[in-house]
Amino acid sequence: MSMILDKVDYKYSPGTAYEKHALREVSLKIEDGQFIGVIGHTGSGKSTLIQHLNGLMKATSGAIYYNGEDIYDKDYDLRKLRQKVGLVFQYPEHQLFETTIFKDVCFGPKNKGLSQKDAELKAFEALRAVGLPENLWYQSPFELSGGQKRRVAIAGVLAMKPEMLILDEPTAGLDPKGRDEILDQVAKMHREWKMTVILVSHSMEDVANYVERLIVMNRGKVMLDGTPREVFAHYKELEEVGLSAPQVTYLMHELRRKGLSVDVNATTLEEAKDSILKTFGAK
Amino acid sequence: MLRDITIGQYYPADSVIHKLDPRTKLFATLLFVISLFTFRNPVGLGLAAVFMASFIWLSKVPFGYMVKGLRAIVVILIITALFNLFLTPGEPLVKFWIFSISQEGFISAGKMAMRLIFLIIGTSVVTLTTTPNALTDGLEKALRPLNAIKIPVHEIAMMMSIALRFIPILVEETDKIMKAQIARGADFESGNLIKKAKNMVPLLVPLFISAFRRANDLALAMEARCYHGGSGRTKMKPLRYQKRDGIAYMIVIVYFGVMIAVGIWL
Repeated sequence: MSMILDKVDYKYSPGTAYEKHALREVSLKIEDGQFIGVIGHTGSGKSTLIQHLNGLMKATSGAIYYNGEDIYDKDYDLRKLRQKVGLVFQYPEHQLFETTIFKDVCFGPKNKGLSQKDAELKAFEALRAVGLPENLWYQSPFELSGGQKRRVAIAGVLAMKPEMLILDEPTAGLDPKGRDEILDQVAKMHREWKMTVILVSHSMEDVANYVERLIVMNRGKVMLDGTPREVFAHYKELEEVGLSAPQVTYLMHELRRKGLSVDVNATTLEEAKDSILKTFGAK
Repeated sequence: MLRDITIGQYYPADSVIHKLDPRTKLFATLLFVISLFTFRNPVGLGLAAVFMASFIWLSKVPFGYMVKGLRAIVVILIITALFNLFLTPGEPLVKFWIFSISQEGFISAGKMAMRLIFLIIGTSVVTLTTTPNALTDGLEKALRPLNAIKIPVHEIAMMMSIALRFIPILVEETDKIMKAQIARGADFESGNLIKKAKNMVPLLVPLFISAFRRANDLALAMEARCYHGGSGRTKMKPLRYQKRDGIAYMIVIVYFGVMIAVGIWL
């Protein structure tokens, strides 16, 4: 059970002055239960890529298979796919419309055909999972702060109980505290609900701490694909395409240059701390 | 899906038509539109077609782009053609039940349809080759004399340019909202009319909120830059007629004269 992309190619407005080659023969395999980070500069094709995963965009050429089925097959039900592959867009303002938060979160499960009661149950679970305080549930979603709106938006997709959850820049515009809270919450959902999670971001710091696999996009191509450790080892190449490794990577390289035998491939603050302490302890 | 709306959209290219003064283009369009209603026979229609084809060719905008603009008026086109077809009195050509099609009806339906198609394509050449800013600049300058009778020309032009500028923004926004809701299982296609209208709520609410927010932001930004209307405002790039504008005026006037002549004598 997995998702396979086979040479997916996508062009915006083909044949006009606005033509843009957004994806160039992207081939990927996404295993069940993985926690994946997709990183790339603005315009690298990462948003285009994730919209292919739930069939919102149709590849100009190439194929996508979900659980062994071709999603471009005539008989394939894309609505079913979208319930299994939940996509949360960057701006929660684009999806909130109901009078109360609770009703808004019920929208997804109701579209799935669930009864009012079941839908409410799912909404209840989802709002719990994103950690939104219960006293807010019956307020208008338009009165919330940016971070809270984003939680509601995530809950709105989560309530459909997707097998795969894709988050497009879930931390954009949030302060560091709000960012950490959201990402911690997502990591917890990944553990507890056993979902495949794909996190799209342009910040290395964001994803390095959480994901087990990193896909770096550049000009519509997959540039690097591997564990954060493997990817950040190419930090020089990342810089060339306008990205950067986490600050920890730079610190460790600098320490190594100064003569300390630290592990330059540490990607998180924790690992870096351990590695530095170990070098000093060993002395 | 919604990207197909071409009305009010600029198509960048390097052509003579693009470089013309917007006033020239507005005047030419006006005469072209009037000329469409002067002909009564295929000769006039042919002339208008040749004229239109030549400036489409000069504009370097792909023809398919203009035809796309026609989709918006397909319904109007069909209704107009049907009315003309069935309701024009005359010698019946075909007859069934209570309907009859006369030869006159057949001709006038065809003429009406051609006029509408030419109207849309002809005017879309202007919007496709002129940036919204240039268009409103031209309009403002051309209509300036109306200031004398207390018509707020500048304000109207400003409103127009903002409205035009917002079309692509809101279209894009609609596209994004639709996608966000489709991802949550919303269905904008199936169902009867009432159900369809109901299904639009998740699309319209965020769209309206966003439009109001944008309008508010824009008003604030304009105020922060001390915008106070048109009086005493100068332009960074004032409009000036070039030699090519003179030539264009001449061509258009000659065309118009010929069309009138054809309308009267043929």
